Amino acid sequence: MQQTSKSKMVITDGSRLMIEAMARAGADAFIGYPITPANLLYSYSAARMPMMLPAPDEITTLQWMTGLSTAGKLPVTATSFPGYALMLESINMAFMMEMPMVIILVQRLGPATGTATCGAQGDLMLLRGQISGGHQLPVLCASDYKDCWTLAAESVKLAERLRTPVVLLTSKEGIMTQRSFDLSVLEDIQPVFKNRYSKSEPYVPYLADDSLVPEFLEVGNPNHQVRTTASTHDTKGILQHSTPEALANTVRLERKANHHLKSYTFFDIDEQPGAKKLIVAFDISANAAIDAVAMMREQGEKVSLLIPKTLFPIPDDYYEIMDRYDEVVMVEENLNAQYARILFGHRLPSKIATVGALGKMITPQEIINGGK
Amino acid sequence: MSTPFLNTPNLPFCKGCGHDLIAKSTAQALEKIGLNPLDVIMVTDIGCHGIIDKTLNTHTVHGLHGRSVALGAGVSFAMENTDKKVIVFLGDGGSTIGLQHIIEASRMNINLTIVIHNNMLYGMTGGQTSGLTPTGFRTTTAMDGNPFSAHDICKLTHTAGAAYVTRILGIGNISDKLAEAYSVKGCAVVEVVEICPSYGVKFNPKRKLSEIMESMGHTEGVWTNDRPAYTYPNTPKQNNLLDKLPVIEQKHTGGLEKHYQLVMTGSAGEGVQVASAILARAALSSGYQVTQKGSYPVTVGVGFSTSEVNISPSHINYHGMASPDAILVTSLDGLNHQLKRINAMKDGLLLIDSSLEVPSTGAKVVSHDFRVAGPKNAALYSLLMFANITGLVKRDAIIDALNDMGLGEKIPVEKIEGLLNS
Repeated sequence: MQQTSKSKMVITDGSRLMIEAMARAGADAFIGYPITPANLLYSYSAARMPMMLPAPDEITTLQWMTGLSTAGKLPVTATSFPGYALMLESINMAFMMEMPMVIILVQRLGPATGTATCGAQGDLMLLRGQISGGHQLPVLCASDYKDCWTLAAESVKLAERLRTPVVLLTSKEGIMTQRSFDLSVLEDIQPVFKNRYSKSEPYVPYLADDSLVPEFLEVGNPNHQVRTTASTHDTKGILQHSTPEALANTVRLERKANHHLKSYTFFDIDEQPGAKKLIVAFDISANAAIDAVAMMREQGEKVSLLIPKTLFPIPDDYYEIMDRYDEVVMVEENLNAQYARILFGHRLPSKIATVGALGKMITPQEIINGGK
Repeated sequence: MSTPFLNTPNLPFCKGCGHDLIAKSTAQALEKIGLNPLDVIMVTDIGCHGIIDKTLNTHTVHGLHGRSVALGAGVSFAMENTDKKVIVFLGDGGSTIGLQHIIEASRMNINLTIVIHNNMLYGMTGGQTSGLTPTGFRTTTAMDGNPFSAHDICKLTHTAGAAYVTRILGIGNISDKLAEAYSVKGCAVVEVVEICPSYGVKFNPKRKLSEIMESMGHTEGVWTNDRPAYTYPNTPKQNNLLDKLPVIEQKHTGGLEKHYQLVMTGSAGEGVQVASAILARAALSSGYQVTQKGSYPVTVGVGFSTSEVNISPSHINYHGMASPDAILVTSLDGLNHQLKRINAMKDGLLLIDSSLEVPSTGAKVVSHDFRVAGPKNAALYSLLMFANITGLVKRDAIIDALNDMGLGEKIPVEKIEGLLNS
């Protein structure tokens, strides 16, 4: 690969690209605490984010973030499963309050503390089921270093636009490895527009129009009272038991992420005419899948590749693409084909084959073998 | 007439509950110190105290049980106008759950006022014992009396560094005492001692608040620490993380024709990670794509240190390494860490320090004393020999990379090359 006159070749990890992109997109603060393999994100944030505060633990992290968010700041944190598990109730709170923020989840080998310095893709089930009631947070997943840039910015913008916590999913190998990378391929990032309620009529914090997204106003503003609560609430943000208005608000929350899904459906598709087999891979396994597809084509096999980047809510596009193929090989670095089972249920259709691994990256050859 | 803090005189508390007194005295106190409702952000959580929200004309944030202090801290961090008042209400149960948040807010002296409604038990959930329940106090979960002693939350928070700590007996008009606390810049902790009319009185008839406090050795009072409130330091941040990355132009050529995988391995302190970073940079300056990742024990200063480097004339997707083309070993730690891979090599190249026994392998073996230039330079010595043997990345590219990384002064390159050529 020859460098061109426009190339700006550097050696970088994905963590650096993520934090730079988020700062440019309008993230105001990083709330950090140390956990491998998210530590680079923390240290880069200390140098780059307008505000960086070291939290004493994971619950405090999400609480501080939500407090910052109620006051109009857009905070980011980065963690791995052990920390994410402790954040969960507070993530539910931020979801219920509809507070913009981004949580970068860097997957590592579990269960429990598992192996901190070993990658994995084992948190899909957790992400699908993390909100009580089964509601979904947008989950974007970076599969390469360009995604570390683009999707990091998109996650910040999405959080602000939809008034919601957003999860940016990655894994140890996906953001810690040093790689040669051409900075000239990165697109400019403009800061997200932070819309604030500006009418003179009293502010109703959870009154939404057809967009299902209520206008935002920060606590502490001098013009309107702002109420927010983690409990079931009416449009005024006042706790209710289960009044029709309050339940309608919860129904709106269920619909909001899906309502806007088309606007944040990201995936790569490389379809070969005549192919009957489709490989589906995301996160770090997408790299091996790209190589596997190239090798298979070199050997004369026709094959297509889908790299989902919006994992949740699940875009219909994925089903429509998979429906076009006789064989689908789903590749993910876990023991139980989590994303495949979320897509198709515990009894997978016969045309779905899976390739998994534990404690190691899936190789291109394993993907080739797994489809046979 | 200015907007009152409360939108109703009828608060949703049981008859005789101290929470009613705190809420009404708070409204009076805030008026006394000249605040308007929209200057105040009231953060509450789960517990009877938390149902005050709907009666307030302030901003209200209602969070999770025991977490309101951390939630309020987040609000406080965002307040550039320090005249805004963040007030956190929580109960003794919430204080038990979120004790760390209270201690941390005190330690950091975050600008907020924490009002602990200490009615000595969890009221909303049915009268269970909390960490602030006095010894001998009867609750629904300790009908024979609480066997444990209660936290002295005032002593804890004062010791932790809160600017202002006060304990107030929840009887009579307490608005002046609250006004003093609400006027503090920094972390103010207010413990208002009450007795729950539903469970406390029921299971502890005839006991008086003053007698209970006395039995605990707790007194009313004010304790201060002369400290400034925490404010976020206004130090300029680096504008761009990418500016720090050196752009590496192609200045060299190498002999690489296809994807090549190299492992460098040794002990911590032998410069394995630095040498592999030099290699990665040299390879990029030779027009190749690279990946590099380190591997070492959790305690990074001891044991093995291994680095995997992929070099390719074309874009590298998968960066894993099942069967390396070359392994460079500088010590026993590294040999042990990579032994299986070395045993599995059917061809390729093994450079190994001459102090080590050569393991079974199909690779071409070169045994050499890499440590003779000093153990810190062992990995770089092996890298220069590798370059010499294979020609994949040239010596000049390595020396340039090393100098560009500012290591020229630190590494005795001439000495190593002298040894290499001899």
